[in-house]
Amino acid sequence: MSAVIDTLNAALRKVPAWSLYILLTLPIPYLFYSAATGGMGVEPINALEREMGELGLKLIILGLAITPLRKYLKLNLLKFRRAIGVMAFVYVAVHLGIWVVLDMSLRFEQMWSDIWKRPYITIGMVAFLGMIPLAVTSNNLSLRKMGAAAWRKLHKLVYPIAVLGGVHYIMVQKVWEVEPMVFLAVILALLATRIKWATKARTAPGV
Amino acid sequence: GALGGSVAAQESLEPNTWEEITTYNNFYEFGTGKSDPADNAGDMVTDGWEITIDGMVDNPGTFSLADLTADMTMEERLYRFRCVEAWSMVIPWNGFELADLLNKAGVQSGATHVAFETAVLPDVMPGVRRRVIEFPYVEGLRLDEAMHPLTIMATGVYDRPLANQSGAPIRLVVPWKYGFKSIKSIVRITLTDEQPKTSWNDINAREYGFYSNVNPEVDHPRWSQASERVIGGGLFAARQDTLMFNGYPEVASLYDGMDLSVEF
Repeated sequence: MSAVIDTLNAALRKVPAWSLYILLTLPIPYLFYSAATGGMGVEPINALEREMGELGLKLIILGLAITPLRKYLKLNLLKFRRAIGVMAFVYVAVHLGIWVVLDMSLRFEQMWSDIWKRPYITIGMVAFLGMIPLAVTSNNLSLRKMGAAAWRKLHKLVYPIAVLGGVHYIMVQKVWEVEPMVFLAVILALLATRIKWATKARTAPGV
Repeated sequence: GALGGSVAAQESLEPNTWEEITTYNNFYEFGTGKSDPADNAGDMVTDGWEITIDGMVDNPGTFSLADLTADMTMEERLYRFRCVEAWSMVIPWNGFELADLLNKAGVQSGATHVAFETAVLPDVMPGVRRRVIEFPYVEGLRLDEAMHPLTIMATGVYDRPLANQSGAPIRLVVPWKYGFKSIKSIVRITLTDEQPKTSWNDINAREYGFYSNVNPEVDHPRWSQASERVIGGGLFAARQDTLMFNGYPEVASLYDGMDLSVEF
């Protein structure tokens, strides 16, 4: 097992992080093309919207998995984390853009009341807004300016964002569907690996 | 001819294609995804279909579909179809008025509602095996709604027998109500003197009322019903405004004196 991991780590060292931006961008035009040419069925807007949202959530999950993968499997994907996070934001932004332009046809009045009145949309919107500062500061300059400690603290915002994203996905469904619940369970499990379980100080029994 | 529905509602209707009508469906017995019914409904056998008519009728019994429909007047009805999920289609149904069937059965005085039940065929219905909701799927109408000339029992689309995923061999179509009221693959029709249990109302009464009339002013708690997306317009089709009673204002008198935001 550790030999496999070592080989993987060695191979991944040769893969530049920027290649991930290209690799993860390609599905976007492909999915739009597929939706426009009948590849996503007779109701392509909803299908495309869901696909983008799901991919965004998958990338958030992948980003959350990097620390536990390193901690427990010694698999080092750390240098890809920024690209994964930025691309998660891109997918979520495209998901939102599809909702605004294609799904809602720019009916701003209806969208505005939906954002306030419908909890699943409210939650999705809060999660998106929370991702903006993370995306904006995902560069070396911001890291230097903010200082590593403050930067790391800010980027812990991804934890509540991931939970909100998972809840948003469950709430979109009409009935309790299995897949969105698996997504949320994985998110919660990945967050649980970060909990520092305080070792209970031994208290002397009262004399 | 396309009878029924106000003239205004009929004029500009462009029917969806057979492919659109049969590949984007809700039929939870075959799965919850929109393409699941088209993918999974093929094994349902509708030959020899029987329907039980019981409750407060003069002529109860179990009838073959052929016998039941033999003396019904078949016609084409081009109707809007508005799903509670805020999408819509236009469908050229073939069928007959439910009122004719109920008159043949002989509705007894005192009956106030009609209850309907969908087949439960676990061997060919993967959604039933997974029990995503409680089965059988049940629906119901008030008797005056059921007797309205717009309410039909459909057995076909585009002069072809219904596809299984469309509710073969016989289904209800109530064009002024959200699509889930138009129950599919019916095996039982019961006349009763009380409001029957209906599936989605039973699953979530706050979100799905017994009446479920299409109403742009009464929102679903999780989304607005003010507008809808028309299936078949492709990626760049704009939403259109949803019409009161789905564009069938002639049914409004059925609800005189009712607060439709309370009895939704």
